[in-house]
Amino acid sequence: MERIPILKMGEFLLVTIQVDMHDRLAMTLQEDLTERIVSARAHGVLIDISSLDVVDSFIGRMLGHIAAMSRILDAETVVVGMRPAVAITLVELGLALPGIRTALNVEKGMDLLRRAQEQDSWEPGDSRHVPAQD
Amino acid sequence: MEQKQATSLTDILNRHESEILNDWLTLQHDAATRRADLISDADLNRQSKDFLSAFRQGVASGRLDDIMTPAWERTREIVADFTRARARMGFTPSETAIFVFSLKQPLFRVLNTNGHLEEELWNISTVLDKLGLYSGEMYQKSREEVIRQQQQELLELSTPVVKLWEGILALPLIGTLDSERTQIVMENLLQSIVGTGAAIAIIDITGVPTVDTLVAQHLLKTVAAARLMGAECIISGIRPQIAATIVHLGVELNTVATKATLADAFALALKRTGQSIQRGRPNPA
Repeated sequence: MERIPILKMGEFLLVTIQVDMHDRLAMTLQEDLTERIVSARAHGVLIDISSLDVVDSFIGRMLGHIAAMSRILDAETVVVGMRPAVAITLVELGLALPGIRTALNVEKGMDLLRRAQEQDSWEPGDSRHVPAQD
Repeated sequence: MEQKQATSLTDILNRHESEILNDWLTLQHDAATRRADLISDADLNRQSKDFLSAFRQGVASGRLDDIMTPAWERTREIVADFTRARARMGFTPSETAIFVFSLKQPLFRVLNTNGHLEEELWNISTVLDKLGLYSGEMYQKSREEVIRQQQQELLELSTPVVKLWEGILALPLIGTLDSERTQIVMENLLQSIVGTGAAIAIIDITGVPTVDTLVAQHLLKTVAAARLMGAECIISGIRPQIAATIVHLGVELNTVATKATLADAFALALKRTGQSIQRGRPNPA
């Protein structure tokens, strides 16, 4: 069966979604990822969707679920590399993904996770970026 | 019957083409609607010659009743071309259409001297009327094209995205925000975020005259889309009256940072990106 690879990079997990997400694949990814967070004792998950042209409401909700599950397992989720057209579509659909952190690319997402860890004082519900130095 | 009549008309046109052309040109030169300031004699002569020869071919086809047939295609093309050109140059619709109508007089003169009466005159007159009206339609169409183009240019002009500093973009909005403009603003902003890798975008609404619920909703949409891309937005340039309106309308702007002036927003943006500006010694030039 088709699976989306989950790579471990230090204390973070990197998931690059390169194929069209159908619903079955999305469910498998959810299960795989939660298990992997526990087994790898990861503290952050980066989901790279830069090669996705289309994100429908199901995938949007799935990303929200993954973020919520990871947070319970003490791992912060950052969705990176969303394309402008995808962002506009999601907003028009009314799916602003309020619980998810976002970053422009993997590098910035990684920075964000590191800073969040150093501070270790972020509120779980806070969807905004952590200020650099305040 | 019709075929025969067309042939005789064609004969006359063939035989007298240069005569008709000269007559027509003189007429156009002397006409009060002549715009010597906009079109040169050479151009006018060329246009007239092209039109007359295409017109002759059209008549030769015998389809005087319908100018939308393929036989008239070349004539229609010529009419569309010169109409478009004249509309751009600033001719009025009458000054444009008179080009076709003014051919009547020389044609009728020739037909008269050759003893052709009512029926042919009527036929030729109808065709020229149709071509004249076609020219009017084309004129309208090309003007609409100009308007559409200007609207597009206005839309693009009114939504610049400026890079203020490393990682900081500014988007000074001027004029009201409707759905169409919001779409363009959003696209421009998101494209620039990708292009520059900016972390913060300042949306300055100093130039937005009124903020109602709809405009606020559009602003929040833009902010949400930018957040999905991984950039944070600050809204600046909120005038006192607008702040009051927003509160009276019950619009929630809590999810986004707001500042009164662009300068304040810029200071916050610098702080958030961990940068600072220091006052140096004044350096006289």
